[in-house]
Amino acid sequence: MLGYIPALPFLGFLVLSLGGRVLPRSAAAVIGVGTVVVAALLTMVVGIRWLQVPPVPGEYNLLLWNWFTTGDLSVAFRLRVDALTLVFVFIITFVGALIHIYSTAYMKHDRDHARFFACMNLFVGAMLLLVMADNLVLLYLGWEGVGLCSYLLIGFWYEMPANCSAANKAFLVTRIGDTAMLIGLFLLYRQLGTFDIQTILQRSPHQFLRGANDITLIAFLLLAGGMGKSAQIPLQTWLPDAMAGPSPVSALIHAATMVTAGVYLIARMHVLFLLSPQAMAATALIGGITLFVAGCSAMVQTDIKRVLAYSTISQIGYMFLALGLGAWGAAIFHFFTHAFFKALLFLAAGAVIESLHHEQDIFRMGGLRRRLPLVFYTFLAGAAALAALPFVSAGFYSKDPILWYAYSARGGSVFLYLLSLAGAGLTAFYSTRLVVVVFGGEQRTPVTEKPGKVMTIALVILAVLAVTAGFIEWPRGLFSRFLEGVLPAPVLKDGLPSEGLFQLIAVAVTLLGIYSGYVLYRRRQEVLLRWRQSARIRAVRLFFLNGWGFDALYRTLFVRPFLFISGINKPDWLDWLNKGVVRASLTLSSLLSVSQNGSLRWYIAGVLIGVLFIITLQFFL
Amino acid sequence: MTPIGANTVLVVAAALFVLGLAAALTRKNIIFILIAVEVMLNASGLAFVAAGAKWHQPDGQVMFLFILAMAAAEISVGLALVLQIYHQHKTLDVEDLKELSD
Amino acid sequence: MAITRYHPVHALLYLVISFLAMAMIFLSLGAPFVAVLEVIIYAGAIIVLFIFVVMMLNLGKDTAQQESAWLRPRVWLIPALLSLVLFGEMATLLIAGAEDEMQIAVVDPKRLSMSLYGGYIIAVELIGFLLMAGIVGAAHIGKHPKKHLHRFLEEKEMGEHEINI
Repeated sequence: MLGYIPALPFLGFLVLSLGGRVLPRSAAAVIGVGTVVVAALLTMVVGIRWLQVPPVPGEYNLLLWNWFTTGDLSVAFRLRVDALTLVFVFIITFVGALIHIYSTAYMKHDRDHARFFACMNLFVGAMLLLVMADNLVLLYLGWEGVGLCSYLLIGFWYEMPANCSAANKAFLVTRIGDTAMLIGLFLLYRQLGTFDIQTILQRSPHQFLRGANDITLIAFLLLAGGMGKSAQIPLQTWLPDAMAGPSPVSALIHAATMVTAGVYLIARMHVLFLLSPQAMAATALIGGITLFVAGCSAMVQTDIKRVLAYSTISQIGYMFLALGLGAWGAAIFHFFTHAFFKALLFLAAGAVIESLHHEQDIFRMGGLRRRLPLVFYTFLAGAAALAALPFVSAGFYSKDPILWYAYSARGGSVFLYLLSLAGAGLTAFYSTRLVVVVFGGEQRTPVTEKPGKVMTIALVILAVLAVTAGFIEWPRGLFSRFLEGVLPAPVLKDGLPSEGLFQLIAVAVTLLGIYSGYVLYRRRQEVLLRWRQSARIRAVRLFFLNGWGFDALYRTLFVRPFLFISGINKPDWLDWLNKGVVRASLTLSSLLSVSQNGSLRWYIAGVLIGVLFIITLQFFL
Repeated sequence: MTPIGANTVLVVAAALFVLGLAAALTRKNIIFILIAVEVMLNASGLAFVAAGAKWHQPDGQVMFLFILAMAAAEISVGLALVLQIYHQHKTLDVEDLKELSD
Repeated sequence: MAITRYHPVHALLYLVISFLAMAMIFLSLGAPFVAVLEVIIYAGAIIVLFIFVVMMLNLGKDTAQQESAWLRPRVWLIPALLSLVLFGEMATLLIAGAEDEMQIAVVDPKRLSMSLYGGYIIAVELIGFLLMAGIVGAAHIGKHPKKHLHRFLEEKEMGEHEINI
């Protein structure tokens, strides 16, 4: 039964891509949504069975077929589900199903209805393959598959050139990460002679010395792959532009699932990372820096989806931070809750955008609290989770441990702790800003249509989860205990103050962030006006708005030289050879056509000369 | 009669042929070109008959017969064409009939 | 001579002489049947065809004038050169071979006909095809476009047109 879970979305993809044009809209929607919903139900069945009777080896293993065998290498299509995979599969199918249901309403009027669901199904299938893969080749297949689907879906409305360039950018930037990862995989194979994940994890401690150069290189390369897919610094520039795709796409791919592929990879290969303290430190540092930088950028964005995009980058930074500190379970738990509330936020943002007839500037929205009450409450639940509102939101239960581990874990430090604390404050601030500006105040754009029942049901379910999902961890450790067979617990420093103190500090910072956001944007808006006068603040704001100048940096470093070099070769000198051949044959032809002048006597003379030539040869041969 | 070798006759045939060829190259009027072609055909026929006489075989004469028949057919068609050309272009000058040129 | 005359009829007459001489050569080579055939068909039918065409197209003085204007000695230079080269090569090849005496034996017409209807029967059939094709082709090509009006009426029409100018 396990095999059906990824197979169904692939089947849906095939049916919709081949026959999508001839199917009526409702049939395409049913197929597209149905496959993922059934996969979600199957996952729940598998999960319930797991909880009732946990399998003895800690996993379900299913060999589908032998993919290829060359020489010593044998790669099989083998699915392996352990606790970690089960968490991911659950999120992918369940949140995916909700988003698909939402999309039937969102994409109702779109011309390319079937193509959308085909691509989404392909994505779900590829992502499931990625997390259920038993060997690295299959994982890489899923990895590439999700990259492809991301490209297809970002550029879904391909008639706008801006969307196409955003899709290209996403694909190219993640490609850099993918290439690094591939090199890492090759190095791993060279050292260990197998692609099988479990074998690798078991053999690596014996094969590599802790902190040796080769394992560090491999770990860094895998980290680079994760950084590309999960949009961490310095490969994060593609995610804000990827918001050009439809909102369900942003929800599914760029909030809940694809961008967490990097998190999955690192968590899965945690043994390799544990063998290389440098890689762990780098991961934590990257995560920490990313969350701070993205948080600053999210503060000043005006497009609602860009705020959420930077917020996603920031939250994944938290996950990377946790991974780098060895707090694997905390990272996965944060992924778990983040999927719910981020998807919720994106879907609600989509509902808002649709209701205001494609208005995405938050400063042109406002006063929607009374007009769209259900959307308001669900968005509020999501934003509260994002800001990690204490006790009532899932985000609190997942972010708080990370803050604790930032100080207390073996790799933790005051710097990382302060960084993550500042990030938490920023998160609270911009979440509040978003809610206040979009839903409070006076209405600036009229509401053209209210979201339908289908959309609101999805939003409500996600909102409930955003609030309650955290309670799994509340009696500390249900979630971590679920994962403990797979992921080890973090190693803490000695002589630590009590955790409660840190929790208190975190709560205080969060509340401070919320309060300042509320005050600034609701009550004391004149402060904002005063700030807008100051040139220095405006410069800082512009800096944050442009994502700390990464785009401009890359443009100068890479894009301009590349265009320059390719411009040099524009009168392609190799092409000159081809053109030369053409020119030579044309010249020759015009020369020879003189002889075809229609004069009979010329022709006879030609024959005669030929005969003479042949006979003359007689004398010399 | 002084005995002559077959090669001599062939040289005569060659001379005739070359004369016809020179005329074909030089003349502008179609009629004259056709006359020159006749001369050439005649010369080749002579060569065949000479070869056949050398070996006392009738094959040379048979070949000459075929050449004769072919020349007859060719002349009839060629002269019909000449008539048409004259009707349409009012000239028999080969230099003016260059419509097949590039 | 046949090739250098200006007047077409002169050229044709010289051509007739050439054919008759050829017939004599054939006779001396021991091929009486071919000699007679040459006179009858070549000098008889083909030259007659030529004469017909020349008469129909009324090629007389004008052609002679054209040709005399065109055929300066300079024109003969290059063709003569090329032809002489060819002749030289052919002669060289021929003379280089051994010069045997030729025994002249008359080949009977009977032998000729046995060979024709024996081994060469297929070629004879093909020649029949060829001649048929020649007839049909010449008949088709030589057709005049049909006149729809009687020629008297045509002239009258043209006369009326002239008056209206």
